[in-house]
Amino acid sequence: MTDMQDYSSRLSDPESRKFETFSYLPQLDDAAIRAQVDYIVSKGWNPAVEHTEPENATSSFWYMWKLPMFGETDVDTVLAEIDACRSANPGNHVRLIGYDNFAQSQGTAMVIHRAPSPS
Amino acid sequence: MATKSYQAGVKEYRETYWMPEYTPKETDILACFKITPQPGVPREEAAAAVAAESSTGTWTTVWTDLLTDLDYYKGRAYAIEDVPGDDESYYAFVAYPIDLFEEGSVVNVFTSLVGNVFGFKALRHLRLEDVRFPIAYVMTCGGPPHGIQVERDIFNKYGRALLGCTIKPKLGLSAKNYGRAVYECLRGGLDLTKDDENVNSQPFMRWRQRFDFVMEAVHKAEAETGERKGHYLNVTAPTPEEMYKRAEHAKTLGSRIIMHDYITGGWCANTGLANWCRDNGLLLHIHRAMHAVIDRHPKHGIHFRVLAKLLRLSGGDHLHSGTVVGKLEGDREATLGWIDLMRDSHIKEDRSRGIFFDQDWGSMPGVFPVASGGIHVWHMPALVTIFGDDACFQFGGGTLGHPWGNAAGAAANRVALEACVEDRNRNGAEGLEKRGGDVLRKATESSPELAAAMETWKEIKFEFDTVDKLDVVHR
Repeated sequence: MTDMQDYSSRLSDPESRKFETFSYLPQLDDAAIRAQVDYIVSKGWNPAVEHTEPENATSSFWYMWKLPMFGETDVDTVLAEIDACRSANPGNHVRLIGYDNFAQSQGTAMVIHRAPSPS
Repeated sequence: MATKSYQAGVKEYRETYWMPEYTPKETDILACFKITPQPGVPREEAAAAVAAESSTGTWTTVWTDLLTDLDYYKGRAYAIEDVPGDDESYYAFVAYPIDLFEEGSVVNVFTSLVGNVFGFKALRHLRLEDVRFPIAYVMTCGGPPHGIQVERDIFNKYGRALLGCTIKPKLGLSAKNYGRAVYECLRGGLDLTKDDENVNSQPFMRWRQRFDFVMEAVHKAEAETGERKGHYLNVTAPTPEEMYKRAEHAKTLGSRIIMHDYITGGWCANTGLANWCRDNGLLLHIHRAMHAVIDRHPKHGIHFRVLAKLLRLSGGDHLHSGTVVGKLEGDREATLGWIDLMRDSHIKEDRSRGIFFDQDWGSMPGVFPVASGGIHVWHMPALVTIFGDDACFQFGGGTLGHPWGNAAGAAANRVALEACVEDRNRNGAEGLEKRGGDVLRKATESSPELAAAMETWKEIKFEFDTVDKLDVVHR
C-alpha cells in the first residue's frame, strides 16, 4: 500500500478552487474539448460559452459570450467561439454549456479553460 | 326509479365486485394485487373480496347500503392474470372511482388500498404490485418540493450525477467530531453528506449542536473549494412540532437541504414537511427506513415501486432507490423500472421491468434516485451506465474507509465519477462497464487518492442472489 499522503487544499490557495464538472480531472486538451462539444451537439443541446474573473466564479451568472448557439451543430464553429472568448478575455475562466431546452436546464456545463492562478 | 329491497345476510363478493366487463375510466385509480388465496377459494371470489374490502364492502349486508349508490362507489375487480412461473398466485386488477379518495392525501389512498384487506382470512398472502394514479389525482398532490432541475440550479451541478456520503459511525460521535467528518468529505470533492437515519437527537449528540457544527463545515468547504455543498440535516423527530422546529433552525443556518424518513416518520408528517420545504426554499432528501419490512417479501406487502410513487406524490426531492451493484437487494430491470417512475414524466407499462400500468405525472417534478450501500470506486462505471446523470451516488464506507481519510476518499470518488462521465461523453454509454477498469486506471495518473482507493477495494464483490425477483419465468 502506498504511503499516506496529505490532502492539500487551503482557503489561502487559489489552486484549491474547483469549478464543478471535470474540475477534478487534468485540464482537457484540444481533442478532449472537441469530443465534449461533439457530445453536446449529438445530444441535440444548444452549445453556449461563458466566462468570468476567477474572483467572481461562485456566482450563478457568469458573463455570456454572445448568445447561446441555438441549433449550431458544427463542432468547428463552436470551437472557434471558445477561442474567440478566450482571446477576448485573458485571465478569465471559460466554461462550455449544453442547454437542454426540453429539460429547461443545462444538460451539462464544464470548465474548459482555467485561468492561471496569480503568482 | 330502480329500487332494491333489503335482504340481511352474507352475499358472495363476486356477485357485486367481480366485473370482467368493466372498462376502467381515465380517472379511476387502478391497483394490481398479487393474490395467494387459501386453498379452495375461487380466483374471482378472492379478487372480488380484495376489491370489496379495499373499498365499500363489509362482510355482511347492512341496511344503510341502500341509502347510497354503492354501484357507483364500489371498487371493481376487472381482470385476473396468471403470475408467470407461479401456480398458486395470480394478479388481480381493481379499479377504484376517484371519488373514494380525499384530494392530495396519500394517507387516505393507502388507508383504503392496503387497510383491512391485508389481514383478510380468505387470503394467505397479498401484495400490492403497482398503482396507477390518474393525472386527475396527481394534480391534487404537491409532489416534490423542487425537483431535479431546480436542485441542479440551486447546487450548480450539471452533466453528472451528484456525489454524497453518509457519515459513520452512525451512532456515538459528538457534534464537533461529526462536523469534522462532514468537512473532510466536502472539501475533498463530494457535493453532499448525509445524516444517517438513526441520527435524530440522542444524548450523545443533540440535534442543535449537530446542525451548528455541520453548517460551519459546509460553509468552510464551500469557501475552500468554490463549489456549492450540502448536508442532509435529518429533521425526523418524535412529533411534527419538533420536526418543524428543527427545520426552521436548518433554514436559519443557511442549509440548502434537509432530510426526513418518510415511512417511520409517517406520510402525514412527510407531506407537511414537503409543503414546508416548498414554501421555504429548502430541498428535501428522503430516507426509507422500514421499507424492506413492507416490500421485500415477493408475495406479501407493498412493492417498492408503489412506495416510490407514493413518495413522489407526498413530496421529496431525493429518494433511496437501491444500487443494483452494491451489497443490498435489487434486480437490475426492476430497479430501472422504479427509477424511471421517480424521474420521468410519462412511463409506459412494461412487464419486463415490473411496471403494470402507464403512469402520467403531468408537470409534477421528478425525484433524484439515491444509490447507496456497499458501493465504491470500482462500481462507478456501472453506476454511470445504469443511472446516468440524474442520480445521487452515496459512498459511505467507500469514502470514509479510504486509507488516507475522508478528503482523499472523496477526491477518489469525484475523480472516478468525472473520468467515467468524460469517457461516456466521448465514447458512448455502451461498453463503459467494459472500458471502466482502463478508464479508472488512466485517471489514477493524476490522482494518487484514486490509486489508493482502487488498491483498497479491488477484491470486494457482492454477488448474493436477490430474494425478490421479477415474475418473468415463463413455463
